[in-house]
Amino acid sequence: MIDAVKIFLGALVLSFSALANVAAADGAAMLKDDCAACHNLVGPAPVTLKAMWGRKGPDLFYAGNKYKEAWLVQWLQKPTRIRPAGMFYANHVKPGAKADEVDAATLTVHPVLGESDAKAVAGELMKRTARGDLIKQGDYQTGSIALSMGEMLFDKFRGCLACHEIEAGYGGRSGPELYTAAQRLQEDWLVSFLRNPQAWDPKTFMPNKHLSDTDVQKLVHYLRALGAEKK
Amino acid sequence: MSSPALANESAVDNYRTYCTQCHGLQGNGKGVNVRDMSVQPRDHTDAKAMAGRSDDDLFKVIKEGGLAIDKSVLMPPWGDTFSDEEIHELVQHMRTLCKCKYGKGG
Repeated sequence: MIDAVKIFLGALVLSFSALANVAAADGAAMLKDDCAACHNLVGPAPVTLKAMWGRKGPDLFYAGNKYKEAWLVQWLQKPTRIRPAGMFYANHVKPGAKADEVDAATLTVHPVLGESDAKAVAGELMKRTARGDLIKQGDYQTGSIALSMGEMLFDKFRGCLACHEIEAGYGGRSGPELYTAAQRLQEDWLVSFLRNPQAWDPKTFMPNKHLSDTDVQKLVHYLRALGAEKK
Repeated sequence: MSSPALANESAVDNYRTYCTQCHGLQGNGKGVNVRDMSVQPRDHTDAKAMAGRSDDDLFKVIKEGGLAIDKSVLMPPWGDTFSDEEIHELVQHMRTLCKCKYGKGG
C-alpha cells in the first residue's frame, strides 16, 4: 500500500517536472526555430550597412539587459507596432504628395504567442545578457521632470522629436516610438544607449548627440513620465 | 571617435541610411520624418540654396550638427557615425544632388 502511494507520488512529481522541462525546452526551441529567422540571438551586432539593412527585427542577444520581462510577456501576446516605418525604415518608405510616406502594405506583423509560450520565450530572452560591460546597475538615478519641461528638452532643445514619436501620430517616424519606451526598456539600458548608441549597435542611425549626464537622466525621467501619462 | 574603425561605406549608401529619414528618398527635404517638424530639412536638390554653402560648412554641419552653423538642432551631429573621409564624400555626393558648387549654380 505504502509502496503504491510512493510510486504514485513519484509518478506525479516526475510528470510535473517533465511538464516544466517541456515548457523550458519549448522556450529555447521556439527561439531557435522561429525567432532566429528575424532576430540576432547570438551577436555581434552588424558592422556593415548591407548587414544592417537585412535586419527584420531588433537584435535580441542582449535582450536580458535591455527589455523588461513583464512587458515582453505582454507584448508577445499582443504585439503593437513600435517602429512606425518598420525595419529597415528606408525599405518601407515611398514618395508621397507632400512628403515621403510609410508604405503600410510592406510592413510585417509580428507573430502572436499564447500566454505560456510568451512566458517561456520571455524567460529565455532574459537569459541573454551580452554586453553587460556597457551597463552599470543604478546608472539611472530615479527622479522626475514635469511633462512640459521634459517635452521642451526632448523637442526644442535636443531635437529628438525629429525621429521619434511621443504620442501615436505625433513626431518622427524613422525611429521607434518612445511613448511606451519606459514600459519596454530597462532604465539603466536607456542611460547606456543614450550615452553611446554606437557601442550597442555600430551602424545604428541614432546619432550620438554627446548629451550631458544631466540631460540623459532628465530624458529618461521624461520617458517615464510619458509612460505614466499613457495609462 | 568610435573604436575600432569600421570600413568606410559609400556616400550613396550612407546618404540612404542616415540622411533620407529627414532629407527624403530623393534628397528634396521631404523625408518621412518632416510631418511634425518645426523647421523643415534642407532640400539638397535646391541648387540656389546649396550654392550658397561652402564645402566646409557642409562638412561642419554633418559632423557637428545644425547648431554648429546656426541652424536647427533637429539636424544631429553625425561625427560618431561617419569618418571624416565619409563626410567629405557625402559633401561631394550632395554636390551631385544639387548639380552645383559653392558660388555656382541655381
